[in-house]
Amino acid sequence: MPIKENTNKNRTMRKIDPLQSLNSWDKKSRHQTIEHIIHGIFLLLGLIAVGCVLVITVYLVISGIPAIREIGLFDFLFGEEWASTAAEARYGILPFILTSIYGTLGAIVIGVPIGFMTAVYLSKLASPRVKSVMQSAVSMLAGIPSVVYGLVGMLVLVPGIRKVFDVPDGASLLAAIVVLAIMILPSIIKMSVTALDAVPKEYEDASFALGATPIETYFKVSVPAAKSGIAAAVVLGVGRAIGEAMAVMMVAGNVPNMPDSLFQSVRFLTTAVASEMAYSSGLQQQALFSIALVLFFFIMLINAALNFLLKREKE
Amino acid sequence: MLNQSLSKKRKGFELLMRTLMIASAILTAVLVVFLLVYVLLEGVPNITWELLSGKPSYLTERIGILPDIVNTIYIVLATMLIVLPLGVGAAIYLTEYASDRKIVGMIEYAAETLSGIPSIIYGLVGMLLFSNSMGTCLMAGALTLVIMNLPTIMRTTQESLKTVPQSYREGAFGLGAGKWRVIRTVVLPGCVDGIVTGCILSVGRILGESAALLFTAGFAHALNGLINGLASPGATLTVALYVYAKEQGEFGVAFAIAAILMILTVLINFAATFVQSHYTKRRRV
Repeated sequence: MPIKENTNKNRTMRKIDPLQSLNSWDKKSRHQTIEHIIHGIFLLLGLIAVGCVLVITVYLVISGIPAIREIGLFDFLFGEEWASTAAEARYGILPFILTSIYGTLGAIVIGVPIGFMTAVYLSKLASPRVKSVMQSAVSMLAGIPSVVYGLVGMLVLVPGIRKVFDVPDGASLLAAIVVLAIMILPSIIKMSVTALDAVPKEYEDASFALGATPIETYFKVSVPAAKSGIAAAVVLGVGRAIGEAMAVMMVAGNVPNMPDSLFQSVRFLTTAVASEMAYSSGLQQQALFSIALVLFFFIMLINAALNFLLKREKE
Repeated sequence: MLNQSLSKKRKGFELLMRTLMIASAILTAVLVVFLLVYVLLEGVPNITWELLSGKPSYLTERIGILPDIVNTIYIVLATMLIVLPLGVGAAIYLTEYASDRKIVGMIEYAAETLSGIPSIIYGLVGMLLFSNSMGTCLMAGALTLVIMNLPTIMRTTQESLKTVPQSYREGAFGLGAGKWRVIRTVVLPGCVDGIVTGCILSVGRILGESAALLFTAGFAHALNGLINGLASPGATLTVALYVYAKEQGEFGVAFAIAAILMILTVLINFAATFVQSHYTKRRRV
């Protein structure tokens, strides 16, 4: 709109002094070129994120496919033995897949009820003061580096499990589940609180007016109204748990066993990549890339679910 | 009074849910306090001047974390310097320029995807993309972190760009300013809070990152200048913590680093809350 006005002005100016108007018209078009260039630069900057996703996907697929092709998709995904350094190397990642699934499920089973209950409390019952203090505590929990969780897990949780359950080694699936449950708490609490806070006050008022107690209202009216947001919180927690590497590497024992019991030393998809990357080469390294590809596939599924839920929550 | 008229079943539900909620909240609070106190109690006594100011030496069998601290600072600086213009620029494109809903949707979906990718995958791709071409070095680590932190900067900047009133822009356009000039002089100053918050969050994430750095930046403990440092491998504090705890069994040093990281986490959280509340207050006025 402003540009149009200016050209009009130019036209009147040209009548007065041709030389000056030519000059200013020149300036105008130079100005417009500069605006176009700047627009182009910003477009490029905006597309960087898209480029990154494409590059990551392409790189993972290209480097992950060769090993799967050589080992065979079925043998790779459902092979029960991983012995990458043995004389006759075996590359079956079923133990890692199952461990990642069990570990994530375990973390969800422990973490979601605690996080959900805390979120309802913070959103509905807590005084503003308690709420703000607790929210900064939860942010704090989210900000703690994963290696610190791993360190505390190694020195508190692992010996604790050894003593309490009287097993030879506490570094186990159970230790990893507990650490993961704590690590996903902040994501679940934060997102659920946001969803619960967004429930319209009228819903709750209507429920009060019908004679429901506050607690009944919160659980039978507010929670169902916020269910997409809470579901998104759980999915976010799943994503966090399945992608965590360092903390799990420090407490899970890191032996490629099938996860037959809670007290078994196990290896996750993430830790499988991390623990052998440093010294691997050839087919072994390619197999690690394939594991990353499988992990990436899981993450993309979770992302799609999360996006779907968030979109529904917005509506 | 009201409660007395409730049936037993409803009373039971009421009591059960209330107890569960309060118990969960207390458990969460206790966890945070325990983690903080435990790490600080175990770590702070191990923080000595010698540890902070020296580098590891096999001759004297002394461990120093100065190189790790310096490496962390380098990597934070390098990452932020690169990611800030990229992220802020992308956010400006999305809110100020983009008119095509499809492109906006695509970019936003890409940013969400990026923020969901686990750091170990970033580490792997960073290794393939950067370390294979420039060698394992801090710069390769920083570039990996740039991709990781791009969505954070984009999102916080975008959110605060949306709060800059449309009338400001219209006023500046009305005075005859071009688009770029409006962005430079009116829009950008109005979203400083978002940029600052994004920076704080990103710095926090960089400080805590380890899986993405293990194979891109390596784990050397050499003390270098900025340029040399970026070109050579080095461990940040978190990677050093991992190496000392898991590979070398030096738990005292590991806890000292953990305590330092905890203190930094607390500071960063306070800074983020402060910036946000400070600017919301000012905006309301």
